[in-house]
Amino acid sequence: MTPVLLIFFVLAGLAVLGALSLVLQKHPIHSALSLIVVMVCLAGLYLLMGAEFVAAVQIIVYGGAIMVLFIFVIMLLNAGEEERTDFSKIAKFAGLPLALALTASIAAGVAKSGANVAGSGQQVIPGATGQISSMLFKEFVYPFELTSFLILVAIMGALVLAQREKK
Amino acid sequence: MIDSLLHFVSQNAFWIITIVKIALLLFIVLTVNAYLTWFERKLVAHIQARWGPHRVGPHGLLQPAADGLKFLFKEDPTPAGVDRFVYYLAPFLALALSLTSLAVIPFSPKPLELFGQKIYLWVSNPDIGLLILFSITALSVYGIALAGWASNSKYSLLGGLRSSAQMISYELALTMSVVGVLLMANTFSLQGIIEQQASAKWGVGFLGWNLFAWTRNGLLWPQIIGFICFFTAAIAETNRAPFDLPEAESELVAGFHTEYASFKFAMFFIAEYTAMITVSCLATILFFGGWLSPFPDWSQTHPILNALAIHIPSITLIPFGLWVIYDGIKYETIWGKLVLPVIGFVMFAIGAALIALPAVNNFIQPVFWFTAKVFVFLFFYVWARGTLPRLRYDQLMNVGWKLLLPVSIANVIFTAAVVLLRSKP
Amino acid sequence: MVPLQYYLVLSAILFGLGAVAFVFKRNIITIFMSIELMLNAVNLAFVAFSQAFGKVHGQVFVLFVIVVAAAEAAVGLGIIILIQRNRQSLNVEKVNLLKL
Repeated sequence: MTPVLLIFFVLAGLAVLGALSLVLQKHPIHSALSLIVVMVCLAGLYLLMGAEFVAAVQIIVYGGAIMVLFIFVIMLLNAGEEERTDFSKIAKFAGLPLALALTASIAAGVAKSGANVAGSGQQVIPGATGQISSMLFKEFVYPFELTSFLILVAIMGALVLAQREKK
Repeated sequence: MIDSLLHFVSQNAFWIITIVKIALLLFIVLTVNAYLTWFERKLVAHIQARWGPHRVGPHGLLQPAADGLKFLFKEDPTPAGVDRFVYYLAPFLALALSLTSLAVIPFSPKPLELFGQKIYLWVSNPDIGLLILFSITALSVYGIALAGWASNSKYSLLGGLRSSAQMISYELALTMSVVGVLLMANTFSLQGIIEQQASAKWGVGFLGWNLFAWTRNGLLWPQIIGFICFFTAAIAETNRAPFDLPEAESELVAGFHTEYASFKFAMFFIAEYTAMITVSCLATILFFGGWLSPFPDWSQTHPILNALAIHIPSITLIPFGLWVIYDGIKYETIWGKLVLPVIGFVMFAIGAALIALPAVNNFIQPVFWFTAKVFVFLFFYVWARGTLPRLRYDQLMNVGWKLLLPVSIANVIFTAAVVLLRSKP
Repeated sequence: MVPLQYYLVLSAILFGLGAVAFVFKRNIITIFMSIELMLNAVNLAFVAFSQAFGKVHGQVFVLFVIVVAAAEAAVGLGIIILIQRNRQSLNVEKVNLLKL
């Protein structure tokens, strides 16, 4: 058990625990905190893989902005604990096992096919900011500019949606 | 038994050194925090024409210890109706994140050679050090937002919401004002940014700092506006005056930390002062040359001036030590007469030792300049608190979005244009 | 070195848990958070493949996914605020009429 594998299992275990906590908690703010734990664990996994810029962007954007937005909305709307409405019996007894079976089949399929995904070997991991930025500004410059336009549209949309009604 | 211990230590030397460094760094930072509160109270008091704390020890120097004891022994009530997990998590999160951001700050380029190991004066030096600092700053909004919400009180909720909205607004200006420096330095690593400012072309010392930007490739865009934006945004990020409406006493009782009592309040307090220290360290690294001395390298050309420049730590410590001895002899209480001369003598001895041991002086130089610049910024922080009136909330948000953000973006555009024109094709 | 399959299995587990939360939870905000969890699982798969193949395209795509998720979260939370204003409830079962 090399140290890298140990760190992977710790971070992966924490991420799965966080996701389980998201599903099982009753209060939305506890679910939000569990999601933040999942995101930080995933950022740790990205660092383990050598993708340092993506890890930093994940924490700054996802953990520092998007989840703050979620927490603001939960605080502003005073979301309380979930009301327990009745599940239909089909949902509880057939839906949950089916969902878990779907996950298990995807995971099993992926695990078995790993040997075929050779790629060019796992050598020096590219993750340096320079490479990503040269890719962003040379090959992917058109999607990059489009995403900035998308953010502008989203800002305008959010502003229009959240306005108070004019009497 | 000793052999196996020594073998274990030599095998895992890196981890043991790192743990010792972390412990030492935490101890030093917490002590600096404590005396920063003393310094702030004394300075704000003198600005307001009154004495600060001056009874608890000679010149009030034991006041932080008294405050710490009070925080430990005070009753720690938990209000009814709070969400227990989040209520206990919030101060812990704020403190842990504040202290973590100190791990990437480099204090000196020269390693300490002990037992055959090179021990560098930083806990870690990643390639994306600046991004890691920003990610921790982004996460520190949670401590305040969750504290405000979990306290089950309308003052806390309002204070928490206002404070977190302020923090995320000024985070943008903070990050954009640093991009100019990044364009000139071409790296996110903090050590790399300082080394880029070590200009050696005309032997100019402080002009190579990013504030003036006269690097070895010629004059780039001076980052003065960037520095002003950065420091203003940083004061708002750390919720200090004049941007401290969320914790203003006359407005919202105490804002988001109203319902937090003794030790939990102390955790928020330490988190805020540590954030101040971190931001001051960042300002010196990015704009003021970090550990670089403001004097250029005169060792070949002007040996007398060089001797004076190299011995500035001693030149400041020796007279200050003598003055503390003189003040101690004249002090009223017995404790002052005993303790202050000892402190003064220790300072004098350190200053003299630095003249006598040139190797130690060489090693101390970068650390001294770094610490001196950080203290200048902390002085500015406390000065701003004592002098400026508080901004109203809508004025605060206006400054953040309508003034600082466009100005920092304009700074980025000008820096990028100058760097592009100066770069050799 | 961690084999690629480990990352992909973790991504599948996270995606499955996100799907379960999406279907079974009643609070709109929690449903929205489960969407973010599913997006994160996919991001993990992208970065794992980028590491396995030694190319950086996966990470560039992850940046785009993060940006789109941010835009979607902003607009989606605006819609959620409006739903709360109109129905006074965050229960997704109450939002079942086409007419306001």
